[in-house]
Amino acid sequence: MWSTRMALATTAALAIGLAAGCGGDGDSADKAKGAGQGGFSVPKIPVRQSLGAGEGQVNLVAWAGYAEDGSNDKTVDWVHPFEKQTGCKVNTKVAGTSDEMLTLMKTGEYDAVSASGDASLRLIASGTVAPVNTSLVPNYADIFPGLKLKPWNSVNGVAYGIPHGRGANLLMWRTDKVTTAPDSWGAVFDANSPYKGKITAYDSPIYIADAALYLKTARPELGIKDPYALDQKQFDAAVALLKTQQGLVGEYWSEYTKEVQAFKSGNSVLGTTWQVIANLSKAEKAPVEVTLPKEGSTGWSDTWMVAAKAKHPDCAYKWMDWIVSPKANAQVAEYFGEAPANAKACGMTADKKFCETFHATDETYFSKVHFWTTPIAQCLDGRTDVKCVDYSKWTQAWTTIKG
Amino acid sequence: MTAVAGRPAPGLRRRAAALLHRRPLLRLSLLLSAPLAWLVVAYLGALGAIFLTAFWTTDTFTGEIVREFTAVNFQTLWDEPVYRTIALRSLGVAVAVTAIDMAIGLPMAFYMAKVARPRHRPMLVSAILAPLWAAYLVKAYAWRVMLAEGGPVDQALEPFGLSGPGYGLTATVLVLSYLWLPYMILPVYAGLERLPGALLDASGDLGARPLRTFRTVVLPLVYPSLVAGSIFTFSLSLGDYITVKIVGGRSQLIGNVVYDNVGAANNLPFAAAVATVPVVVMLGYLAAARRTGALREL
Repeated sequence: MWSTRMALATTAALAIGLAAGCGGDGDSADKAKGAGQGGFSVPKIPVRQSLGAGEGQVNLVAWAGYAEDGSNDKTVDWVHPFEKQTGCKVNTKVAGTSDEMLTLMKTGEYDAVSASGDASLRLIASGTVAPVNTSLVPNYADIFPGLKLKPWNSVNGVAYGIPHGRGANLLMWRTDKVTTAPDSWGAVFDANSPYKGKITAYDSPIYIADAALYLKTARPELGIKDPYALDQKQFDAAVALLKTQQGLVGEYWSEYTKEVQAFKSGNSVLGTTWQVIANLSKAEKAPVEVTLPKEGSTGWSDTWMVAAKAKHPDCAYKWMDWIVSPKANAQVAEYFGEAPANAKACGMTADKKFCETFHATDETYFSKVHFWTTPIAQCLDGRTDVKCVDYSKWTQAWTTIKG
Repeated sequence: MTAVAGRPAPGLRRRAAALLHRRPLLRLSLLLSAPLAWLVVAYLGALGAIFLTAFWTTDTFTGEIVREFTAVNFQTLWDEPVYRTIALRSLGVAVAVTAIDMAIGLPMAFYMAKVARPRHRPMLVSAILAPLWAAYLVKAYAWRVMLAEGGPVDQALEPFGLSGPGYGLTATVLVLSYLWLPYMILPVYAGLERLPGALLDASGDLGARPLRTFRTVVLPLVYPSLVAGSIFTFSLSLGDYITVKIVGGRSQLIGNVVYDNVGAANNLPFAAAVATVPVVVMLGYLAAARRTGALREL
């Protein structure tokens, strides 16, 4: 069974290699499964050529904090101005993990999604999302070149979405319970941790990459280069580390409100988080701090994608243009705690040093952040002498880790 | 004969009615076909669909379902020890919840049916039913807050030098026992109500002490009701995944594996294979319950 799955993943991997290799070809591969040609077939889905007046509403799948309408914080609202300007009512479904986003988009009920790199290619390959006509998104012109036409948001030079922003997964702790401020991911993996039973971790297979990233510096003899490209030995080491961590973990989180509540009550005192969760916890008067540990971090680079079968495509395009417009992009980036995608957004943030703090223009900094991507059998770090462990095995290992 | 011939030809309705009158079997099948179709399509059909899907696989990259017959999902389920652990853990939780609900529900139902004044009984029944009117999620989240560190449970136990169980399996069993208690009390109450009070008196008159009366008179008569109640608490606990997500800490039950494979991993066929485990367990349980005659108490 694994051999067939591996074959599928390998062909997919080959195709991604092809896709990355012959960028600018302009012609997306036809839906054909030639094994020798690589099987990552990109279904032919027509690109939208013009926009209508809008359908009156749009259904979004988004990360928490990406489509704020003032219900969490009255001052944080970029949804109502959009509704007012375009007449498109926004219905948001917040997803906790990339896998959940994938599943939600497959229902066909949503028009657009803020997909991270570990979901975007899967959405493209399954024909769930359509290519995006960037000329219909005027604000696309101001987006940092470093985010455009990347392997996770384009195929063969065809854009499949509008970059939203990027950032890192952070380490959060309760300042009253954790006496010395941690500066390493080792704090959440230490078998003798004094915070046993109060550590929290992200409930998704992609969290295995966090363990691999820690092992990259902690156990250099494993030779991990890319936490998403793990051969069997490296993968086993990461899984073993996570199994040790399981004994320390109080609970795993995927729903952001659950983590906020756990940190507020003190059930969790140390663990991985997003900046937006830290902001919400602080707003609820929980004494928490966050840091980017010295090993670097896993992170995300998100892309707004439009569903192939969107019922409200015009409003979806309008939303994509709105969310990367300088003002809204500055708001969402500042609220979520990530680097904005629009270069002009840096002039619109409330904190004038925001873009500097979040390294918006600093490509060397982001070279240390390992953006989420889907692990496939062909090693993403370029090794050809070994096979890497693909995502289906990550998923099954995750159940084993939780025990 | 001539009188009949003289009447106008019977209409379609009359002829249909006459036909149905003459053919009781036809009448019965027409009457039952709609509910039977519902049963077959919605219940058995769904079960069949689950079972069929369990033999397919998912293309892990695109998430598309591969419709090729293979037993590989069941193979994984069998080979990977973690699934056995999770299945046994779920079973343990379901048994614990059922035992706790029996221990609490039986005395409560006995009080309601035999001790309380008859005019108080409807009020007591409403009191038992009242929690069912509150939403499940609200109750589970309320328990999350109560069990939080320094929360009401901790505060209540503090004077005794104890602390609450925190989030984990104990909390899961506790909350599930709370949630399903009415489902245990109601059938037991119904069973006890049918138990003639004269039997208890007769037992006493013959010299049996209360405990012996309970063991030899009440328990055998109410046993089928207890089993009926346990079917509810057992099956509801076996399939639950929300409570354990809210108060279960890092533990996972069978329902979570199904949920993770549907909601997160998008591996519907494997989820279907996992879902057959509680179905098989419940079929076994129901077969055992049938022998006690409990199914007639439902």
